[in-house]
Amino acid sequence: MAMEKMSIAKALNESLRKALDTDPKVLIMGEDVGKLGGVFRITDGLQKDFGEDRVIDTPLAESGIVGTAIGLALRGYRPIVEIQFDGFVFPAYDQIVTQLAKMHARALGKIKLPVVVRIPYGGGIGAVEHHSESPEALFAHVAGLKVVSPSNASDAYWMMQQAVQSDDPIIFFEPKRRYWDKGEVETDSIPGPLHRAAVARTGSDLTLVAYGPMVKVCLEAAAAAQEEGKSIEVLDLRSMSPIDFDTIQTSVEKTGRLVVVHEAPVFYGSGAEIAARITERCFYHLEAPVLRVGGYHAPYPPARLEDEYLPGLDRVLDAVDRSLAY
Amino acid sequence: MTVESTAARKPRRSSKRTSAVKTTAKTPAETPQSSEPELVQLLTPEGERVEHPDYQIDLTAEELRGLYRDMVLTRRFDAEATALQRQGELGLWASLLGQEAAQIGSGRALRDDDYVFPTYREHGVAWCRGVDPTNLLGMFRGVNHGGWDPNTNNFHLYTIVIGSQTLHATGYAMGVAKDGADSAVIAYFGDGASSQGDVAESFTFSAVYNAPVVFFCQNNQWAISEPTEKQTRVPLYQRAQGFGFPGVRVDGNDVLACLAVTRSALERARRGEGPTLVEAFTYRMGAHTTSDDPTKYRADEERASWEAKDPILRLRTHLEKEGTADEAFFTALEAESEALGKRVREAVRAMPDPDRMAIFDHAYADGNPLVDEERAQFAAYQASFADSAEEGK
Repeated sequence: MAMEKMSIAKALNESLRKALDTDPKVLIMGEDVGKLGGVFRITDGLQKDFGEDRVIDTPLAESGIVGTAIGLALRGYRPIVEIQFDGFVFPAYDQIVTQLAKMHARALGKIKLPVVVRIPYGGGIGAVEHHSESPEALFAHVAGLKVVSPSNASDAYWMMQQAVQSDDPIIFFEPKRRYWDKGEVETDSIPGPLHRAAVARTGSDLTLVAYGPMVKVCLEAAAAAQEEGKSIEVLDLRSMSPIDFDTIQTSVEKTGRLVVVHEAPVFYGSGAEIAARITERCFYHLEAPVLRVGGYHAPYPPARLEDEYLPGLDRVLDAVDRSLAY
Repeated sequence: MTVESTAARKPRRSSKRTSAVKTTAKTPAETPQSSEPELVQLLTPEGERVEHPDYQIDLTAEELRGLYRDMVLTRRFDAEATALQRQGELGLWASLLGQEAAQIGSGRALRDDDYVFPTYREHGVAWCRGVDPTNLLGMFRGVNHGGWDPNTNNFHLYTIVIGSQTLHATGYAMGVAKDGADSAVIAYFGDGASSQGDVAESFTFSAVYNAPVVFFCQNNQWAISEPTEKQTRVPLYQRAQGFGFPGVRVDGNDVLACLAVTRSALERARRGEGPTLVEAFTYRMGAHTTSDDPTKYRADEERASWEAKDPILRLRTHLEKEGTADEAFFTALEAESEALGKRVREAVRAMPDPDRMAIFDHAYADGNPLVDEERAQFAAYQASFADSAEEGK
């Protein structure tokens, strides 16, 4: 048994190292992933140990990174590509949506596209424009892609392992403001399925669903609510496509109330999908309409305003109160 | 062959050529497309063999007849598909009429272990790869998105988004190099695609990683209704120089030159010397697809001028002049063409619609519970009609 306390960043680094070590077909590609180790140092030391043929510094061209990764996958490789920041994925969006997502179906299953696209995402680090976005719904809406996001070090480690082993393309959103949060990683244990939601905290009065960076906020909200005598269950969705609706349904049938929390704009966001499906599944169990807390229908604001834009403890608790008031 | 030698090659046989591309808006600045740069030619429009210092080819009579047969059958197949579209059997067709030499010449330069990334018009290349032509029609009939296994013939699926496949070819070629294999990769695209960022990025990546890939641009002068001068201010083959690899313009209606130039570029890739851009200077005789009407955007005289350079006619003239093929050969080939047309016609009409549950097939390799749920709902919905019919309601 190997139990170690490490940051999410370190867990990802260790996981990528294990992937490179385990399978000679695994490659890492991206801007500055070599000597620098990536701008967040997630690939730190990997090029030194695995060489420039395995950990590949690429030209500054996102479509080229994903497009050549598709070609490498067709040749039998398993590329893990890094998009430096969320807002820079859009030059590659065409390759991801029109090619990566559809090629398996187009070939009637004859070819597979085991490509992982890593995207550090979300706000809260005081960055400039295009460095703090949460575009997960744009990818989750596309059939052929799977979209996941870990919220803690253990999941970061294991979900990356599972993503690399998947024969489907995986969009792997890394909550960049949690990179330095530490947690226990059990590197020997066999994890649950990649697309299963986790119960992060049990409760009986209301269910909070979150993923990635918002799980921590929801856990804090649940702890605060506990002091007021409210019992909040927190689910860590882990996968935004597919979504583990069974786990949400089980929880909502118990609590009767659901609030979905994410950083992305509420409008057309993953909260809308969850609210609609859970309303269908749990119509007679719901004591209140499903509420959503998230970003506004406005461009991500300058850093000095991001605390107003991002859901914090108070906004989550306000939604909890509104739900419980029904 | 060096970057300098190809890019700076002096005009050799351009004296007889006239401009095929009209410049619509003359500016005080230079108009490079108005003067045609030299191109590699080994067979003149009059069917005369000519020599080129950099590209030699020595084919047997049988090989020459083979190239002729490939072009004739490809044109026949293409004509049948166009007719089938007019008859409502296909939703759309992208004709290769006029581009047979570019496709057969380059296609016959390939080895079995080479890999091809086509756009959606490479019917002649598919023919050379041994893909049954009827397999190409499923996409255009609307029964699939390209139903062949790309690895059977090392011929990737048709790619409709312009230029995307040049990056796939580059990545694949990077993998070939990593594997230590000595095969090469070829990416087909058109003059319109040359404006796409993906094509520029594929040039960058292939040059930086010295990938064994040949970029084969069929400059057929028109991107739907937009002429080449709306895509570029310099001859396309010259783009390569700025990326650090050679570019060469070949007479795209000369099957021998296309074969020789592509073969040379593939060998260069195999030797580990990196990418080459081949610009096959040719002409799309028909519409972009059956959906557009070229009479609305280009002059009849232009088409007529290119008819005189017909790739099939010029090889036939050569074969007849040299006595390489006799009348019996041409007669037999005509019969073979008709048989192919008939086979294609029958195959298309017999092509069944896919099972309706195919909507959900292969959305994911590892499965997805959402797809499973929607499949079950769809099946139950369909079954509800079956029940109604059985009960006579």
